[in-house]
Amino acid sequence: MSGLDKRAANALIWLLLLTMPYWIGWIGGYTSLGSRVLVLALAAMSLNFLLGFTGVLSFGHAAYFGLGAYGAGMTIKYLLPSTPLGILVGVLVGTVAAGVVGALIVRLRGVYFAMVTIAFGQVFYFIAYRWNSVTGGDDGLSGWKRMPLDLGSAHVDILNDDKAFYFLVLICFAVAVGIMAALLRSPFGRTLLAIRENERRARFLGIPIERHIWLSWVISCLFVSLSGALYALLNNFSDPHNLHWSQSGDFVIMAVLGGMRSFWGPLIGAAIFVVLQDYLSSLTDNWQSFIGLFFVLVVLFFPRGVLGMIRRRAGP
Amino acid sequence: MTVKDSSSKKVSRRTVLKAAATVGALQLVPPFIIKARGEEPIKFGLNDPFTGTYAELGTNEKIGCEYAIAEINRKGGILGRKVELISEDSTSADTGQAVQKARKLIQRDKVDFLLGNVNSAMALAIGQVSNEFKVLHIVTGGHTDAVTGTDCHWNVFRVCNTTRMETNSVSATLFKKYGKRFYFITPDYAFGHTLQQGFEAALKANDGTEVGASLTPLGATDYSPYLIKAQAANPDVIIFLTAGQDAVNSLKQAVQFGLNKKFHIAGAQQELEVLEGLPPEARIGTWVFEWYWNQPKVRHVKEFVAGMRKVNHGKVPTARHWFGYVAVHTCAMVANEHKTLDAVRLAKALEGFTLPPEIALMPNKVFYRAGDHQLMPDLYVGHAVEKGPVAEDLFRVDEIVKGVDAALPVEETGCKVTWPA
Amino acid sequence: MRKIAGSLTWGPAFRVEALARGGRNLRMTQLILFNVFNGLIIGAFYALMALGLSLILNLSGVINFAHGGFLAIGAYLAFALIPHIGFWGALLVAPFLTAAIGLVVERFLIRRLYGRDPLYSLLLTFGLAFIFEDGTRYIWGPQTLPFTVPDWLNRPLSDQYFFLTGYRLFMVLLVVAVVVGLFLILNRTRLGMRIRAGTGDLETVSTLGVNVRILRTLNFGLGIFLAGLAGVLAAGMLGLQPTIGSTLIMPSFVAIIVGGLGSLPGTLLGGLLIGVASGVTGVFFPSASEAVIYVMMALVLMVRPQGLFGEEGRIQ
Repeated sequence: MSGLDKRAANALIWLLLLTMPYWIGWIGGYTSLGSRVLVLALAAMSLNFLLGFTGVLSFGHAAYFGLGAYGAGMTIKYLLPSTPLGILVGVLVGTVAAGVVGALIVRLRGVYFAMVTIAFGQVFYFIAYRWNSVTGGDDGLSGWKRMPLDLGSAHVDILNDDKAFYFLVLICFAVAVGIMAALLRSPFGRTLLAIRENERRARFLGIPIERHIWLSWVISCLFVSLSGALYALLNNFSDPHNLHWSQSGDFVIMAVLGGMRSFWGPLIGAAIFVVLQDYLSSLTDNWQSFIGLFFVLVVLFFPRGVLGMIRRRAGP
Repeated sequence: MTVKDSSSKKVSRRTVLKAAATVGALQLVPPFIIKARGEEPIKFGLNDPFTGTYAELGTNEKIGCEYAIAEINRKGGILGRKVELISEDSTSADTGQAVQKARKLIQRDKVDFLLGNVNSAMALAIGQVSNEFKVLHIVTGGHTDAVTGTDCHWNVFRVCNTTRMETNSVSATLFKKYGKRFYFITPDYAFGHTLQQGFEAALKANDGTEVGASLTPLGATDYSPYLIKAQAANPDVIIFLTAGQDAVNSLKQAVQFGLNKKFHIAGAQQELEVLEGLPPEARIGTWVFEWYWNQPKVRHVKEFVAGMRKVNHGKVPTARHWFGYVAVHTCAMVANEHKTLDAVRLAKALEGFTLPPEIALMPNKVFYRAGDHQLMPDLYVGHAVEKGPVAEDLFRVDEIVKGVDAALPVEETGCKVTWPA
Repeated sequence: MRKIAGSLTWGPAFRVEALARGGRNLRMTQLILFNVFNGLIIGAFYALMALGLSLILNLSGVINFAHGGFLAIGAYLAFALIPHIGFWGALLVAPFLTAAIGLVVERFLIRRLYGRDPLYSLLLTFGLAFIFEDGTRYIWGPQTLPFTVPDWLNRPLSDQYFFLTGYRLFMVLLVVAVVVGLFLILNRTRLGMRIRAGTGDLETVSTLGVNVRILRTLNFGLGIFLAGLAGVLAAGMLGLQPTIGSTLIMPSFVAIIVGGLGSLPGTLLGGLLIGVASGVTGVFFPSASEAVIYVMMALVLMVRPQGLFGEEGRIQ
């Protein structure tokens, strides 16, 4: 894809995202659906920073997603009813946890790495479940809501105004995505790609592999916990399922569905996954069969994901 | 210029005549416009799980809702308008999905009433959504006490019982017949915890003893460690607080351990879906049902059961069908009575609202308590039987307890209803 | 925290109570012993499921996330057969029918994924699991179905051995028989020898003239046979409804990792270990009895990633 095409595609995507609340009604959607797509797209893209660009599969990213969610919710409920503080605490908690876990697991590779991320994820899940005096346990963390933003002169009611909240999510998304894109273009990002392509060769070149993987892991989990915090704000709710391995599985599916090897792939994957499920489950109780069939077909015929298929059509 | 002047004068006269004619015609049109608006149906939004572990319960609630809506439409609908049900699958575990579907029902489909959810966490989460958008919300089968307790809202009402109502209704029977030493098998979530607390309060008030308890993970596959411990503690009664799939698993395994031959098995809430899912030898124990189909002495029940069989694959309705049925009729009745769809006015009208016998389908007075918006039904204390004269008659009712007698007083529920300004 | 404390401190108190009332005099050691026994039995069940998964993974590099779905199919088929050929007939026939379905799935779907990243098989079988869950719900309904086992199995062994039930003993004997049978197949038949050789080096086996395609198909069928059998056994202990297999899939993966990838004896041992760990935890910290297997897996992965019997460098 030539540089001009790429810039055109980027421009188109940003244009669509900026105007989403206005056109989503025409296709039978609603603004909060768009917010949900964006939040989960951010999670999938964060995962893909590790999976698609560093070549490391994590099946436990939901743990940091959930920590971000609980961090935001518990801050607003118990500490201070402030949305920015909630987001900050959520990101901090998720990132610190990821930093610690990452240090413990960075030696592992392949399926071992994936399984140990599941193990840690399930431990966090159990803690969220058991520590019910603080987290609400299975009933979830309720009784709080996202607080309107007080920016001195302007008062943005992100609680009652769906569009306002969507744009807050979009701003966070843009910042996160911008940083990730910049990192991937930088020498650091090139090193990650080298590790993905051939780790042994990279090691022979003297690259400190473990440190790079740890950094990639932490960056990835930082943005996933941001998306978790936003998810909690979207629902005014957080519950242990946010940390379960099945939630992690959803992120992996979105990334692969859309195209692991492309930057915007997971966004497309998240959009398809969320909208398709929303649409199908309204039509029929047998939506699981259709979604399952969809996965099977994508894996068999479009292994590079939806975006990969579009790219191939567009030419070399 | 002159030509224009004369033509403009002519036009203006013609225009005036046209305008007059249009205004006259418009006078005739309004009734047609209003009638067109009246054709738009009244919508109920049901947010319940139709896939996953709770699929059976959510589906049964849906069938109850659909039956009620058919009845209402036969009698002319709500405020003369046809009634329609929009059901959305909340899934059994993904609360984010449930919240999204609630938003979809309210914002995109513009439902007039919200119903659901079986899952307690989802009931709480979508209660916040319905509160945010000021939509009347009847919780059908989500049992956590917080729904009409610490997390109550002015627009949320609940049909199914609180855990305290369940434990208080059955504990007297247990103390009288089987003894006062209890061992608890408690599933590790709020529902289980509050049930245990309810029994513990009853034990304390009656000089009973808790000889032990096991907190079991939700969805546990192997209950042997807890069942062995229970046996070793030598209680009078082993109390199974498990529900749904956990109840099937734990009871199946309890019978394999022969526990029912040595101890009395009992618990609080039990459902026909569970008894039907158990092999016959495991249909044991003393329980509380929230509604039961075999009530020969109560009027209207036989017609309800016969009618429901037709839409339920020939099977009898369960308490879940009844929850959906009552929830829909509640909204319809109060809307028709007060001739409005305004949520605040309807909610105020529902406080203290008594269900007529053909909806209540219970022997005593059934009403929504004003302070916490909790329905006060009857509770059916009885014991499971392997099989009855009719295939689905798997429960023998020994005693009916009035919910209002078994419930905590409003002050102790932690509910403080605040109305919008 | 109170709840945790409660379940920990009942020990001494109840013992006195039980003794005073002339109740069963059960010391802590006896309790642990009984739970080790039952843990081994449940572990045998986990091992059965994990062995099937392991067979498929070792030879073909396929991560079969639909294994739980095949378990459910086995259970439902048995339920359908019992009124016609009784429990023992269903026990015999259902696993074969399930294996037949497995063969069809392998021929048309799984076969296309050989040689690709295991991530794709994971996703395809994930979709398949959705289809199976929805399919069983569509055919048999969402309600729990009453699955009956022969009466004489439905009771404890004796008053002395009150902690063992007939059904569990039958289950463990059956698993032992199956494991012995599997061992015989793998070591005494040509098929088994080829499977073992293929697990080590499939390319060489292929050049030696073995029809690798048929080998993989039969191996897959064997693995699914074990899943179907596990399903019939599960239905005797758990409620029969469409999600019966979904909680059992993750413990199977844990068993494989703990025992060591690529090693069948390791998988067997892994299953037994997690069963015992789960059972013993049920004595001291009951609510953690499901989470403890993940702690075990995390420890194994951090200390000795290749598991107990695994070989270094397996499936990276």
